[in-house]
Amino acid sequence: MAIEVKIPTILRTYTGGEKAVSAEGATLSALIDDLEANHAGIKDRLIDNGDLRRFVNVYVNDEDVRFIGGLEAELKDGDAVVILPAVAGGAR
Amino acid sequence: MRPRSWPGTRLAGVLTIDQATYDAIVAHAKRDHPDEACGIVAGPEGSDRPERFVEMVNAAGSPTFYEFDSTDLLQLYKEMDARDEEPVIVYHSHTATEAYPSRTDIGLASEPNAHYVLVSTRVHGNNEGPVEFRSYRIVDGEVTEEDVTVVSALP
Repeated sequence: MAIEVKIPTILRTYTGGEKAVSAEGATLSALIDDLEANHAGIKDRLIDNGDLRRFVNVYVNDEDVRFIGGLEAELKDGDAVVILPAVAGGAR
Repeated sequence: MRPRSWPGTRLAGVLTIDQATYDAIVAHAKRDHPDEACGIVAGPEGSDRPERFVEMVNAAGSPTFYEFDSTDLLQLYKEMDARDEEPVIVYHSHTATEAYPSRTDIGLASEPNAHYVLVSTRVHGNNEGPVEFRSYRIVDGEVTEEDVTVVSALP
């Protein structure tokens, strides 16, 4: 089972500069644990208090995971996962 | 009055931008005032050339916050990926405060290679008139202001 995960610039320090890595997992949660096993420290940048961080977007086959179960979103071989930090801010 | 240098702020580097792109950013900020306007200028990876102006919708539709819509964000990054581009400039406006990164801006900045451009429309709003247009690097919570050089065309 192999799932391609695209890594944003700011998290490439955890992947030795790689723009994409291969990982495994039947759910997004399991996939992130697998990423953590090979790229220690990355999980904390994605998850806070057991939930996906508010300003981190994760897509499975172009679907925002917030609409398909969040961390419980199901994955299968060949899926494409993209991680993108939100582009956000403001005077508030 | 404006705190030009907060602790940890250094003035270094330069953003070189062409007049048409500069004008497009200012026009967008004025048009969306009093809400914050946002977008990027993409350029070839590693080139530091802001070539392709991309106006984004502020999904927050707010005078004090901006956020790219998540679907638009994915589309934008896929497009840049296919063209070997990166966001050379990430811009947004402040509509009631100065053109300096807020704590929120600093906390959420996630493009270490980008110039973060802030435009303040607080003086003239939607109307003609000068705006504050300033540029920063924001890396690991540290803000570095840089000079802005406007040229008629990129060299």
